[in-house]
Amino acid sequence: MQNSAQIEYDYSIAKAFTFATILFGIIGMTVGVILAFQLAFPALSNLAGEYGTFSRLRPLHTNGVAFGFALSGIFATWYYVGQRVLKVSLKESPFLMGVAKLHFALYFITILLAVVTLLSGITTSKEYAELEWPLDLLVVVWWVLWGVAMFGMIGIRRERTLYVSVWYYMSSFLAVAMLYLFNNMEVPTYFASGGHGSILHSVSMYAGTNDALVQWWFGHNAVAFVFTTPIIAMVYYFLPKESGQNVYSYKLSMLAFWGLMFVYLWAGGHHLIYSTVPDWMQTMGSVMSVVLILPSWGSAINMLLTMKGEWGQLQTNPLIKFMVMASTFYMLSTIEGPIQAIKSVNAIAHFTDWIPGHVHDGVLGWVVFMIMASLLHMAPRMFKREIYSKSLLETQFWIQTVAIVLYFTSMWIAGITQGMMWRAYDEYGSLVYSFIDTVEVLHPYYTIRAVGGLLYLVGLFMWAYNMYKTATVGRVLTKEPANASPMGA
Amino acid sequence: MFHWLEQRPFFFAVALFLTVAFAGIIEVIPDFSKQSQPTVGTKPYSVLELTGRHVYIKDSCNACHSQLIRPFKSETDRYGMYSLSGEYAYDRPFLWGSKRTGPDLMRVGNYRTTDWHENHMKAPSEVIPGTVMPSYAHQFTNIADVDTAYAEAVTVKNVFGVPYDKEGMPKLGSIEDARASALAEAKLIAADMKDQDVKDAVAAGKIPEIVAIIAYMNSLK
Repeated sequence: MQNSAQIEYDYSIAKAFTFATILFGIIGMTVGVILAFQLAFPALSNLAGEYGTFSRLRPLHTNGVAFGFALSGIFATWYYVGQRVLKVSLKESPFLMGVAKLHFALYFITILLAVVTLLSGITTSKEYAELEWPLDLLVVVWWVLWGVAMFGMIGIRRERTLYVSVWYYMSSFLAVAMLYLFNNMEVPTYFASGGHGSILHSVSMYAGTNDALVQWWFGHNAVAFVFTTPIIAMVYYFLPKESGQNVYSYKLSMLAFWGLMFVYLWAGGHHLIYSTVPDWMQTMGSVMSVVLILPSWGSAINMLLTMKGEWGQLQTNPLIKFMVMASTFYMLSTIEGPIQAIKSVNAIAHFTDWIPGHVHDGVLGWVVFMIMASLLHMAPRMFKREIYSKSLLETQFWIQTVAIVLYFTSMWIAGITQGMMWRAYDEYGSLVYSFIDTVEVLHPYYTIRAVGGLLYLVGLFMWAYNMYKTATVGRVLTKEPANASPMGA
Repeated sequence: MFHWLEQRPFFFAVALFLTVAFAGIIEVIPDFSKQSQPTVGTKPYSVLELTGRHVYIKDSCNACHSQLIRPFKSETDRYGMYSLSGEYAYDRPFLWGSKRTGPDLMRVGNYRTTDWHENHMKAPSEVIPGTVMPSYAHQFTNIADVDTAYAEAVTVKNVFGVPYDKEGMPKLGSIEDARASALAEAKLIAADMKDQDVKDAVAAGKIPEIVAIIAYMNSLK
């Protein structure tokens, strides 16, 4: 096998995406904190006219963090991990280098256009697929470019066997391509009506219940293939690299991977329980969500056991702390989701704040922790400088961990309180509470959540500062930080 | 077999895609073999109502309001008859929402009036103290986009066979016809409103967003 020391990897694209991750993370999460405070203090919703209402900003937050922050992080790690596990440098192929550059440029432009259009209220309204058709076409172009870059690098690889992380990146590419195309099938009305109205407007190819079915088949699995599989790809690469430990079990990796691929897509139906989609799909969604615990915990346990015998590293290495905590939050989130998907629980939980609570213990604890830790592992190797401040990292870790706990505990209580109040009857068979009663009771929980969100944002700024300082003034390294490699090179 | 696949990216990708696509093939495709059938009496939206639906989407009302009444007594007591699939036959996109920060609006037209909406959209907390809903005062000045709604109606009529211009169904006609009928409908709503600027705008042939969205909400029954 070629010695990795002889390959000089090119990190220009990874660096560009790292910059985008920080930028969009700050934008997306700042908007999120504003939203949280707006629910606690509604007057804040009227400070900027139509551009400052909760409803107009909410898609900006979800798109900003999912397709701005998380996707940038995923691309940044891919252009780093991909070269290393395939044992090939981007520099070796001017074609692939050009594709990767174009990928970044078009992606960046798309996200900026998304900010502008969503703020203007140009939206299809379908959650996480709000972008109108011209932007959808742009997304397709750079998604294909990512695929070309990925399979191109695989095509010229020196390492014959594909490492686990590559399986997961491939699954993200393929599944999101399929989901995105089918969910965004829409007819631009300007062209179909002979030139009337707005050129940006389109109408969904699906109506009513069918539209809902396709949307949640997409919506749930956008979560799967943006917030789960690429993040698993990261943990499979960066945790063994950072700790110097071998992955605990190859067989478990394999079972968890193929299990996840098969089961995940079925679970979308749990967003539609007690709706008007056919009953068997609701049941299927519910059952498969519970089955999903197996492959999810399979990966998480595989990661935690990778640390077997080396738990002492938790005390000395803050990055290991982030990654182990991320795996733990992944376990929490993937047991919580199936619980919410049980029909009788869903009857209470659906439409309440428990749902955003669940989403956020997953994304804040698992996705963002993992992305931040991965980029911090990459930073000394990309910039050839030591991490600027480990004590800052320690502080950030605890601030953000407390923040997440405040967030999800307040939302658990809020959700269950409201769900129970909606269905409370008095002894005469009348509803006890008017709707506004069930809103006013949430004020303290909305306030706690907003404070939690703010603390988390403070932590994000600490991370951004640390990344910036590492890149500019960190102590210069003459050689790459040493650690054992699971790839044997 | 897995070791073999892991060294052959093409076959790996094919196996992966089939595994991932399997659930969609089983779950989603059969539902499309028969189109979503409208229930008796369900009509497509008039051009003004559709214009209002676009305002609803533009201001992302679905971020906080559902349009899906689940079959529980606590929901039918609060919001009315539970939702039937056929009632959504002309909803492109569906607007079920996924969070009830505010109440369900599936049948809001049954129990709220033009007058109520006018006061509430302008200053929600004066109608419902303690509400977390922002003011949508900008809808009183923004002019609604009737042409785009017309374009959408023509599109769904031609492409998906939505029964506009059929016996007992809303009329579309030419774009001039559609503008005229939307304005006629808007005048009926403005007559029930108090805001003088809105009344003046409608009298001058313009339709503020608030008039369109009230037309839409009144149609939700």
